[in-house]
Amino acid sequence: MIKCKTSKEIGGMGHSKKRKEDARFIQGKGNYVDDIKLPGMLYMDIVRSPYAYAKIKNIDSSKALEIPGVIAVVTGKDLEKYNLHWMPTLMSDTQMVLPTDTVMYQAQEVCAVIATDRYIARDGKEAVIVEYETMKPLMDPFEALDPEAPVLRSDQEGKTDNHIWHWEVGDKEKTDDVFNNADITVKQQMHIPRIHVASIETCGCVASYNKVENHLTMYMTTQAPHAIRTVIALVAGHVGLTEEKIRVISPDIGGGFGGKVPVYPGYVIAIAVSFLTGSPIKWIEDRSENLQADSFARDYHITAEMAGTSDGKIQATRFKVLADHGYTDASANPSKFPTGLFSIGTGSYDYGTAYMEADAVYTNKPPGGVAYRCSFRVTEAVHAIERMTDMFAKKVGKDPAQLRMENFIKKEDFPWASPTGWSYDSGDYHAGLKLAMDTVGYAELREEQIKLRAEGKFMGIGISTFTEVVGAGPSKDFDILGIKMFDSAEIRVHPTGKAIARFGTKSQGQGHETTYAQIIAEELGIPMENIQIEEGDTDTAPYGLGTYASRSTPTAGAAAAMAARKLRDKAKKIAAHLLEVSEQDLEWEPGKFFVKGAPEKAKTIQEIVFAAYTNHPEGMEGGFEATHYYDPPNLTFPSGAYICVVDVDPETCDIKVRRFVAIDDCGNIINPMIVQGQVHGGLTQGIAPAMYEELIYDEAGNILNGTFMDYLVPTAVESPSWETGHTVTPAPHHPIGAKGVGESPTVGAPPAIVNAIVDAVAHLGIKHLEIPVTPFKLYKELKAVGYFDKQEA
Amino acid sequence: MKTVTLKINGTEHTAEVSPRTLLVHLIRENFSMTGTHIGCDTSSCGACTILINGRSAKSCTILAVQADGKEITTVEGLATAEGLHPIQEGFHLNHALHCGFCTAGVMMRAVELLEKNPNPTEEEIRWGISGNLCRCTGYNNIVKAIQWTSAKLQGKELPSTEPVFV
Repeated sequence: MIKCKTSKEIGGMGHSKKRKEDARFIQGKGNYVDDIKLPGMLYMDIVRSPYAYAKIKNIDSSKALEIPGVIAVVTGKDLEKYNLHWMPTLMSDTQMVLPTDTVMYQAQEVCAVIATDRYIARDGKEAVIVEYETMKPLMDPFEALDPEAPVLRSDQEGKTDNHIWHWEVGDKEKTDDVFNNADITVKQQMHIPRIHVASIETCGCVASYNKVENHLTMYMTTQAPHAIRTVIALVAGHVGLTEEKIRVISPDIGGGFGGKVPVYPGYVIAIAVSFLTGSPIKWIEDRSENLQADSFARDYHITAEMAGTSDGKIQATRFKVLADHGYTDASANPSKFPTGLFSIGTGSYDYGTAYMEADAVYTNKPPGGVAYRCSFRVTEAVHAIERMTDMFAKKVGKDPAQLRMENFIKKEDFPWASPTGWSYDSGDYHAGLKLAMDTVGYAELREEQIKLRAEGKFMGIGISTFTEVVGAGPSKDFDILGIKMFDSAEIRVHPTGKAIARFGTKSQGQGHETTYAQIIAEELGIPMENIQIEEGDTDTAPYGLGTYASRSTPTAGAAAAMAARKLRDKAKKIAAHLLEVSEQDLEWEPGKFFVKGAPEKAKTIQEIVFAAYTNHPEGMEGGFEATHYYDPPNLTFPSGAYICVVDVDPETCDIKVRRFVAIDDCGNIINPMIVQGQVHGGLTQGIAPAMYEELIYDEAGNILNGTFMDYLVPTAVESPSWETGHTVTPAPHHPIGAKGVGESPTVGAPPAIVNAIVDAVAHLGIKHLEIPVTPFKLYKELKAVGYFDKQEA
Repeated sequence: MKTVTLKINGTEHTAEVSPRTLLVHLIRENFSMTGTHIGCDTSSCGACTILINGRSAKSCTILAVQADGKEITTVEGLATAEGLHPIQEGFHLNHALHCGFCTAGVMMRAVELLEKNPNPTEEEIRWGISGNLCRCTGYNNIVKAIQWTSAKLQGKELPSTEPVFV
């Protein structure tokens, strides 16, 4: 049970308060970007390339312009006049807004049609005739490395290959040495496939430029409104649109998961057209456009290796990655981290040596490299380490739970210096796995497995005991385009003791309006119901880098606590003045200061705040407001112990998740109901890539499953009934000891599921399965090891 | 252009529409009821689910002219002067929504499901909402919310809405 310091009425940390934001959503009164309607608003639709790699010979827009209601067709050549046809990516690469001569991936934006109505815009799009001269696309990242391969980015001066960057971390020499002398080594090539966040709301915007005021209001689906405002100013400053003239409003967002961090060409075109026409421009993409053109996630080819002793002690890991970035590196990573936080891949285990390297290449696929509910490439790393741990356990002949218990970093060894340079803040991995094993009934399941195998039935148990790294981040290392990754909170308490607080982050469903209010309630004792939370308007909220990578609680949540503590210090001074005692004589309990030893002599926070406006001490600044920009001293390291049980049909290869127990440790919990909800959702986005989702391209560069008919987002039928629980190991450096949780389950679930499926068929000689593990893939593997021959014989 | 007259949430509405106008656009744009959402272009996600003459339907797959003369209920029509509809209460109390984008569609589907099958099993609920995609919640709490609403509608003892989080 979680102990709460505040009463239910105050509703501070630990209370499962129902969400404040629900009222509008359950009554159809949310305000999403497509709900915005402005006078004189025009609609934009985008003509996209049917080819993955082609020269544009001609764009004939005459037929489109004949359609009544079509206002304009905007091409790359039109934008070139204003030098707006290219834009920087978050990784300091460059990306076309609209092409002037070449298209680099299927579904790339070719030109935009502006019309008075969304149907007419679509008619116009159909009427634009584009002539292409197709070229053979480069789809395989390994082929892209071939010195003979055509150079895709000929726009980059002096570019002679398709290589983007090389990255490495760890001690290569020492690692190689351990591998050369180890009793046991295991090695596996694996692909973490290209997937898509597929938030149920697609991306879109309404760009509204006011010519008279030279002012742009940009309503858009963005997880990082402040950073976007700065990016727009950097891209459009040369045409007079400077940062004070830009207001970005991120209204209610229908799910983000990282896909609403980047700047997509559609946003920039809408701004440019609004700037030129003076009319508000609405652009809302279709689901198919969203899946086919917006940022992908993952697409890492990993060669993973582990070395250890014959009695099961892990000694070293070595990972080599080939990252397929598509046509440009448009990843959403902190600037100094081209592979994100992949170097967390040494996992939850105590060993001293690791080496990781990665190379990135260009191909004729859409750009991206976003999170998919994950803190910057942590999912890829966790998949590799958790698969290798299982393979190593198998090779040394140990139960995978036992081997993990023997290799875990011990709780007394934190802070723990990882071989790749992280300082893990805290954790109790043994307690987490023990709770997971007790909850699922691990020993009984292993006995049942033996019985079922004897009957020819396939049942598997898979474990994943992962460490995440979130809350980017400390400004000495973390920035995006040079802007340091702190985050902010501003609290204003009104004379009657009710408050409004604003943040640099932006909820996309995480429940900030509830949880931030609980943090402030905890610190100030003002009931959370009386604290209004606002985010997403750059004109009113303090600057921050936004919500992604599980950073809201570690950064802005901390800022809320720190700002509230500044106010509590002020409150103490006012209370001393009102009670005519010295500050040293006062004690705090949530909601009031009282005189030590005389609890009847007290002033409530409401009385104190009222005095801040009506009767404050001489010499003190009036009012009751505070702002804090929180620069975290370290990242936070949430962890989890997940156990999955699967049953596999030996004839159809259908895979059914029978049980899934997830024990998470995200430090101190603000709202157990919301944490549990985040875990449920994250687990479902974990089973998705493990068993269902993958963006598939053919050799000609065509996407084969670019709609919701074919891209298999799990429904309630595919999703098991998740069993959840937690341990609490507070983050020692964080003001409220919290770590962040939204992404842990997405990170931790896939290897637990795959380890379970491999475990179900391991006795037949199967050592590894690539995700998504579909029945057909499993059937092919079983056929390859001769399983069906034996059945027929 | 065609004239369509339909009753939405008990009030009669008339509009001149082009024959190709989708019902979801008529509701959202002509009548400014934006609680019904659009999440895909293949009738897969169910964010646009409404009730037509009491039956759940994906309003992105029906032309406005096909709805002429029909009675329609959208999410805006669930609550009454007396308060929230039990399904709205159920979703709120059981934390069955995060971003809120799919919520209206799932609730409309659940209303019909519970009308046809007042006491569904967990499996019947899961299959019953399999035409609605939710990317945030993982469905656990949506199932719980529908079970809670089922009890409420039948006047049975209400299940606890406290999370079981060991």
